[in-house]
Amino acid sequence: MSATQKNQSSGPPLPEKGLWGWLNRRTGLDTLLRTALYEPIPGGARLAYVFGSGLLFIFISQVITGVFLALYYVPSADHAHTTVAYITKAVTAGSFLRSLHAYGASAMVIVSLLHLSQTYIYGAYKGRRELLWLSGCVLFGLVLAMAFTGYLLPWDQKAYFATAVGTNAAGEIPWIGESLKRMMRGGTEMGTLTISRFFVAHVFLIPACIFALVASHIFLFRKAGAAGPVTESPYNPEQKPELFYPRQVLMDLSLTALLIIGLGLLCSFVPMQLGPPANPADAQYIPRPEWYYLPIFQWLKYWHGAASVIGVLIIPTVLAVAIIALPFLDRSIERRPWKRPVAMGAYAFVLFAVLGLGLRSEYVDKHDPGVAQQLAKQKAEEEEYTRKPFEPELSSASLAAANVALGDPLAAKGKTIFEAQSCNACHGDGGVGTAAALALVGIAAKFPPGQLAELFKHPTARMNAGGMPPVDLPPDDLKALIAYVESLK
Amino acid sequence: MCACAGDSETTAAKPSPPGLSLENRRSFLGALLGVGSVFVGALLSVPLIRFALFPLLRQTTELKNSSAGELREFSSLTEPVMRTIQMEQVDGWRKAISEKAIYVTKDRQGQLRALTSVCPHLGCTVPWNKEKNQFVCPCHGATFAPDGTRVSGPSLRGMDTLETSVQDGQLQVRFQYFRQLVSDKEVIG
Repeated sequence: MSATQKNQSSGPPLPEKGLWGWLNRRTGLDTLLRTALYEPIPGGARLAYVFGSGLLFIFISQVITGVFLALYYVPSADHAHTTVAYITKAVTAGSFLRSLHAYGASAMVIVSLLHLSQTYIYGAYKGRRELLWLSGCVLFGLVLAMAFTGYLLPWDQKAYFATAVGTNAAGEIPWIGESLKRMMRGGTEMGTLTISRFFVAHVFLIPACIFALVASHIFLFRKAGAAGPVTESPYNPEQKPELFYPRQVLMDLSLTALLIIGLGLLCSFVPMQLGPPANPADAQYIPRPEWYYLPIFQWLKYWHGAASVIGVLIIPTVLAVAIIALPFLDRSIERRPWKRPVAMGAYAFVLFAVLGLGLRSEYVDKHDPGVAQQLAKQKAEEEEYTRKPFEPELSSASLAAANVALGDPLAAKGKTIFEAQSCNACHGDGGVGTAAALALVGIAAKFPPGQLAELFKHPTARMNAGGMPPVDLPPDDLKALIAYVESLK
Repeated sequence: MCACAGDSETTAAKPSPPGLSLENRRSFLGALLGVGSVFVGALLSVPLIRFALFPLLRQTTELKNSSAGELREFSSLTEPVMRTIQMEQVDGWRKAISEKAIYVTKDRQGQLRALTSVCPHLGCTVPWNKEKNQFVCPCHGATFAPDGTRVSGPSLRGMDTLETSVQDGQLQVRFQYFRQLVSDKEVIG
């Protein structure tokens, strides 16, 4: 038995020859692989243990797709929607990758819930694994925060209004709510600063925390060891272990394969929609959060006025603290669910409450004809917008030129004089300057109008030397020309 | 799948013929998983590569042709006429529309030709001088014939012709910038 056990914990002999042997001597890669693969699982491999690896896989997929999406995305209220439309409608495989990232977020929430439920039902948080549970709870919070911050980034109607509601809900928290809301939004209203903040949180801050916590979660998992079946002791595992490789690896990979196939089919056949750009003035729009936030959304509807402290702050805080502190509150070593009626009852209660709230929200929306009609209209608008071909955004340079023509009639007259007098020959179209003469853009800030007129009529010696002739125009035309030059900013 | 712990006790402890041992079966499985992972990984990276290589697969920046007017307007052309065209430049997800002055004229064979009004010397806008029947640049006095060829002055070449085409009876012009101060026409950007 001892020889076998040694073999089980260390695996086949270390490679010594060839490329792999050399690489291993230099890097210890084979040893690392062994540490990863020859993890003992008390009681043997089981399908119930697959969710952790599944989560790791989706997380890596989210990181990769996220980095690629950033190739085209611009986080500003002016360009966010255009760039997401560009990704969805113009860039090759763009709709697929964006869908993968968006559906990946839902998959992340679902598999997190399954992972959490399995740990809870199996009593795997007990005994030596408190910190594992604790880091897992924080990770779940971070996953929800990623979903919340990422949802705003496309800046379409749905994203804008759902985030407006979400940040408003944060504003309901007594005492600190208003400041928190303002902090999240980067001001009192939603705007371009909100996108910047959500983008930084979504792309830098939260991922950094997730990387650190995933590393510590895995470290703590390896330190404490696998929990094993419900009949296993939470302190000193006694059941015969089986190594992680190969059976558990195959089971884990089967979930990964299922996720790949499921997400792949979903992204190919039901790609993510993109609604019309956010229009804060749209008073008709009925915001609805993503499905995983519906229970909270429904819950908040029941709390108003003075009682809202209970619903918005006290109950959620008590629930969150109870969940996080679970390993410290529940010190019994009993892991079998059928011997833990209180824990299982509480689980069933929370599960049904959350499901019930979510379903209730759907039911209420479906049975209010006004709301149902508006929601259907919004969905139709979203589909229509997604179908429309991509239209590039007009750059600000084009708009500035158009504005002059449309705005001040005097400046518009000045523009025709500028061109008729061939001022643009040397000073360039729109006064941008050429090799022959300086740019006129912004020149009005340097000279008051009177001085500008004087310079036009009597150029300085230096201007004369550069080829600037005196401007000989009727007073009205000169005024128009100056108005045009002043408009060049 | 019987490569479980119970099996290993009997097989791995004593030597067994090659090809049947647990080690061999495990390394076969390992190789299979390795090849499988590489295959699936390669498959998954296809959309990523297509996404990143989009600028190689399609045109992301584009200079659109602009209409200079109906073809029949230019049928009885006796001297160069200036036209302002709207130039549309697509740059990824944005586009810039700007107005550019061009000349429509005829070459020696009587074919329509479009000239940019940008002087090939130093980039000033060249006006048409009716009295002299020449283009005369106001900056440094370069002169050009009605068809744009160089006559005199500091310019090293004639005025630059622009690509034209006819679409639905409209004269389409493709506006471009050219390097200044060189004797051969050379597109910039």
